[in-house]
Amino acid sequence: MSTYLSLENIGITFPTDKGPLTVLEDVNLKIAKGEFISLIGHSGCGKSTVLNIVAGLLQATTGGVVLENSEVNQPGPDRAVVFQNHSLLPWLTVYDNVRLAVDQVFGKTKSKQERHDWTLHNLELVHMGHALDRRPSEISGGMKQRVGIARALAMEPKVLLMDEPFGALDSLTRTHMQDSLMEIQAELNNTVIMITHDVDEAVLLSDRIVMMSNGPNATVGEILHIELERPRNRLELADDPTYNHYRAEVLRFLHERHAQPDVPSGKPKAKPQEPTPAPVSVAQETPVIEKPTQGHRLTLAVG
Amino acid sequence: MSAKILSPQHTFQAAWIDQFHAFCTSDALLKSGRKLAAALVIPAMALALFLILWGGLASRVETSLGTLPGPGKVWEQTQVLYQEHLTEREKAAAFYERQEQRNAAKLEKDPNAEVKVRPYTGKPTFIDQIFTSLGTVTTGFLIASIIAIPIGIICGLSATLYQALNPIIQIFKPVSPLAWLPIVTMVVSAVYVSDDPMFAKSFVTSAITVTLCCIWPTIINTTVGVSGIDKDLINVSRVLRLGWFTKTVKIVLPSAMPMIFAGLRLSLGIGWMVLIAAEMLAQNPGLGKFVWDEFQNGSSDSLARIMVAVLVIGFIGFLLDRAMLMLQRAVSWDKSSTIR
Repeated sequence: MSTYLSLENIGITFPTDKGPLTVLEDVNLKIAKGEFISLIGHSGCGKSTVLNIVAGLLQATTGGVVLENSEVNQPGPDRAVVFQNHSLLPWLTVYDNVRLAVDQVFGKTKSKQERHDWTLHNLELVHMGHALDRRPSEISGGMKQRVGIARALAMEPKVLLMDEPFGALDSLTRTHMQDSLMEIQAELNNTVIMITHDVDEAVLLSDRIVMMSNGPNATVGEILHIELERPRNRLELADDPTYNHYRAEVLRFLHERHAQPDVPSGKPKAKPQEPTPAPVSVAQETPVIEKPTQGHRLTLAVG
Repeated sequence: MSAKILSPQHTFQAAWIDQFHAFCTSDALLKSGRKLAAALVIPAMALALFLILWGGLASRVETSLGTLPGPGKVWEQTQVLYQEHLTEREKAAAFYERQEQRNAAKLEKDPNAEVKVRPYTGKPTFIDQIFTSLGTVTTGFLIASIIAIPIGIICGLSATLYQALNPIIQIFKPVSPLAWLPIVTMVVSAVYVSDDPMFAKSFVTSAITVTLCCIWPTIINTTVGVSGIDKDLINVSRVLRLGWFTKTVKIVLPSAMPMIFAGLRLSLGIGWMVLIAAEMLAQNPGLGKFVWDEFQNGSSDSLARIMVAVLVIGFIGFLLDRAMLMLQRAVSWDKSSTIR
């Protein structure tokens, strides 16, 4: 597995009134090109923080993110983000929202007509070609999220980052969106990191599920490889023993080994390296610690 | 149960006829009639009551200039004022005609003669004063907006600048611009010196006074609007790496637009009120001067003429606010929000 995106020793500490609070510590993760990764964990464990660091919206205190051999330290369209609450500009139409991103990213490389076509193409991809002139306030939550995904895809990102993209949707809409996302993923084979709270969603969509321990000092607890054939069909998988086994694994991690403490305790949790009866499919990733070398920084400075 | 056997087409027809029937007979008409009543009849009744009370009570108040004018007298003076305006216009036209004839005659005698064209110097009428005031308030308001909106945007975007400017804004905001008037007058007479001034000094003084009171609400509202932008939208602009200009035009300005317009409306309302006072105090041309002149004049019609001015000032203030409201609705992206 060649590493495309690599999170190396990431830690982040925020100053608070009660002193510095270490939210993340030693987060290590290597992601191959075209991989679909889900981040799962209890609320407040720092999933979003990890995503924001990869996006460049937050700066890690220690460690860093390396994408295609260059270090990431500011936001950019090569790491497009799909925000939980869609974040469409309410005064622009569906078309203009996507077009803004297309113009910004391809303004110099594509002609006007090409940019128009590319905008339409991406909206067709998420089945929103029928509502080009509507404003975000005139379409449903699911449709807004589709447009948000189209906007992110239109940037042709190296990595697509999704922060609980379907968290605010009702469960029926959510299943539609998941199916759509699998369709798109089968076609484009993007590298995706998705945050989710939904165990089914994680198992259904992911190649690997990264389960995070509770914060503060949260880190990668376990990584579960999902070796289910694609294309995946939720109905067929419902009775599939392997699928249910994966589900159970995630549930056990979340509710047995890392149950959310009722009272958030101040003391850091013990490093979640408890020996678990490893099932066939659960692979314990040994974090490879690799400091970004000076060369990486130079590449970025030149680029 | 028989209704269940009807074909869909039949049902559709029946429903359509039902609706038409309902519309013609009662429900819809009654409803729209009630709405009409609420929108027209009730305010009309209130207005009538007001006029009756005014007419009845005003005649009981004795002043040195006679009793307070009732609605009838005010209406009479309205017509007189309009007639005076027409007469003055005729005089002006006649003056220019005479001047032209005189000059033509002069040129006929001697083609090299120097002819002078003098402007008519009659007294400005009530209607003239209205337009002077409108021009002044518009100028002052526009200058204020051009200054205040960028300052507001900068304050909204930069916490440091906000902290730096906030005390200054907070201190100058509650100052009545009339307190500035003497200083403005002195500065304008000292600085604005030119042989052939484009604008009259009095106009510049009044406009600057209006500007001074118009900038504060706009600055404050723009700052609040800009600093209240959804953080996710700022993140979108960061991910897209929008330049500051694109970011301001595409994200910051539209997002703050409702608040900016709220500030502008406040500003214009205050500006109009202050302008009248400033004109009275500084004897600058405009409606304020008209009121003051009538007061000094002290004829038996003066109070009625002042009352006409009061009503006109109110009506223009209302129209200005409506105009801003329409503009606000036109540029507002959130059509669902009720703006009033």
